[in-house]
Amino acid sequence: MSEKDNKKRYKSVSYAKWGYVFILPFFLAFAVFQLIPMISTVFYSFFEYYRSGLKIIGPTFVGLDNYKELIQSDFLKYTGNTLLLWIAGFIPQIVVSLILAAWFSDEMLKLKGKQFFKTVIYMPNLIMASAFSMLFFALFSNIGPVNGFLISSGIAKNGISFFTSVGWTRALIALMNFLMWFGNTTILLMAAIMGISPSLFEAAKIDGATSTQIFFRITLPSIKPILVYVFITSMIGGLQMYDVPQILTNGNGNPDRTSMTLLMFLNHHLYSKNFGMAGALSVILFIICAILCLCVYSTMNEKDDSAPKKKKAKK
Amino acid sequence: MSDNTNKKKVKEHVRVTPRLIISYIVLAILTFLCLFFFYILIINSTRSHIQIQQGFSFLPGGHFLKNFSNVINDAKLPILTGLKNSLIVSTCAAVLSCYFSALTAYGLYAYDFKLKKAAVVFILLILVMPTQVSALGFIQLITKINLMDTLFPLFLPSIAAPAVFYFMYSYMQSSLPMELLEAARIDGCSEFKTFNKIVLPIMKPALAVQAIFVFVSNWNNFFMPALVISSNDKKTLPILIASLRSADFLKFDMGKIYMFILLAIVPIIIVYILLSKYIVAGVTLGGVKE
Repeated sequence: MSEKDNKKRYKSVSYAKWGYVFILPFFLAFAVFQLIPMISTVFYSFFEYYRSGLKIIGPTFVGLDNYKELIQSDFLKYTGNTLLLWIAGFIPQIVVSLILAAWFSDEMLKLKGKQFFKTVIYMPNLIMASAFSMLFFALFSNIGPVNGFLISSGIAKNGISFFTSVGWTRALIALMNFLMWFGNTTILLMAAIMGISPSLFEAAKIDGATSTQIFFRITLPSIKPILVYVFITSMIGGLQMYDVPQILTNGNGNPDRTSMTLLMFLNHHLYSKNFGMAGALSVILFIICAILCLCVYSTMNEKDDSAPKKKKAKK
Repeated sequence: MSDNTNKKKVKEHVRVTPRLIISYIVLAILTFLCLFFFYILIINSTRSHIQIQQGFSFLPGGHFLKNFSNVINDAKLPILTGLKNSLIVSTCAAVLSCYFSALTAYGLYAYDFKLKKAAVVFILLILVMPTQVSALGFIQLITKINLMDTLFPLFLPSIAAPAVFYFMYSYMQSSLPMELLEAARIDGCSEFKTFNKIVLPIMKPALAVQAIFVFVSNWNNFFMPALVISSNDKKTLPILIASLRSADFLKFDMGKIYMFILLAIVPIIIVYILLSKYIVAGVTLGGVKE
């Protein structure tokens, strides 16, 4: 170990500059395309700056007025929508993923065709969300095959107008999010379960624990850091929810804007060139995401701490 | 390993448990859910508008080629240009983010310098930060430097891809021995040459996996391109799908709509079928590797 350290220190004398050269493009691109835009976003959030007809109003400094106006507008409603749509997709996703991950990693169960199932359930994750959403719109529209089936089979004589119903529209968005993400989560959780030391499971089996007991007493507590990671990254993904509801509701979040998410709201302001409001909304989103980023960072550090222990246990 | 095979041999005599049956049923339902929508998509893309209106059928109709040529020849929705643009953007993004993330990871892995630790911590902090929060400033910036309505702003930011960096960094820690780099140095290999000729080939598996993920996420990206691109000949596929949605839906030839969706997702499905093994294995490496 110390020998390696010495070598590294020796290198640092003559090669340190190459380190800077190699990381320069990354940080340069980050500064130009993310940092500077972020700073100007914060800057614009304090200005009255919008387009009215063909006229550009501003930019005039207005302090926190944009934030006040934002809170008073439908911001809270859209935050609620976003959270609701995310949770409605996330709960079934985490439940199903946990069960599947437990089954896939259970040697006792003798499940066959694991690779096939994993391949199939991961596939929706790679499908273009906007195309998937368009497909759902075509299938569930008033003239689509789902309604055709409902009418011809007599389940619903007049069919169901899915996209004028608040519940159905939200349920379809949640269903799509569920389908797109449960495979990904299953694979992550499965890897986490596989990382648990097998001796723990063997000890439990010798003590006569049932598979339900093993799941709740050993598997769940052991994968807690990864569950937290999945939870937070999924929440960040939920905040970014855009493609599916945007395409499904043609950007207006109908019925009655109950499926309008925060990013659709942001897109709306950007598109209508209301930069002050877009700035304020971006800053609020940024603060929420920054807190979540810190959480992810700390879970990753936790994992780093536990990693050597795991390796030792394996040996 | 031998322990495992022994266990398997013992268990081959065990009967099918109710738990196994339940798990197969649940998996069958989920598989059905995942595949059924695409099955309808494929079937309906082979049927004419009138056939689709008449109701659902499990058998394909004979209008695949007709729908195909209808979609290809629609000047209002230029799918071929869309495919080309999506391909350019996704390929450039994949190449740029893989090369520069590997370069950054190498810089932070192989060299010691003052800001090294700070740089790693910083990248990990922004690992999951969504780029959409700075969309406003981004649009302002590219308006100023005259890149609005071009494809460049869609792939140039990929040079700084924290997630790809993190993957490369972890991969180097597990499979790039420092001794090798020292040997190269002793042989008189320059630092850049060492990276291009020795490090990159070793990183091939990691590069391939990440290239696929970056390609797919850019192929599917909708938020930014929709804000940047306005002219028809630069639109990528997701934007075309959005305009398909905003067009008067009831007047549309349904066979054409299904065919359009099919063509937008088929390239990714083909790649996935060919490389699913590596992609599924790559999911865990990218996300939660220790």
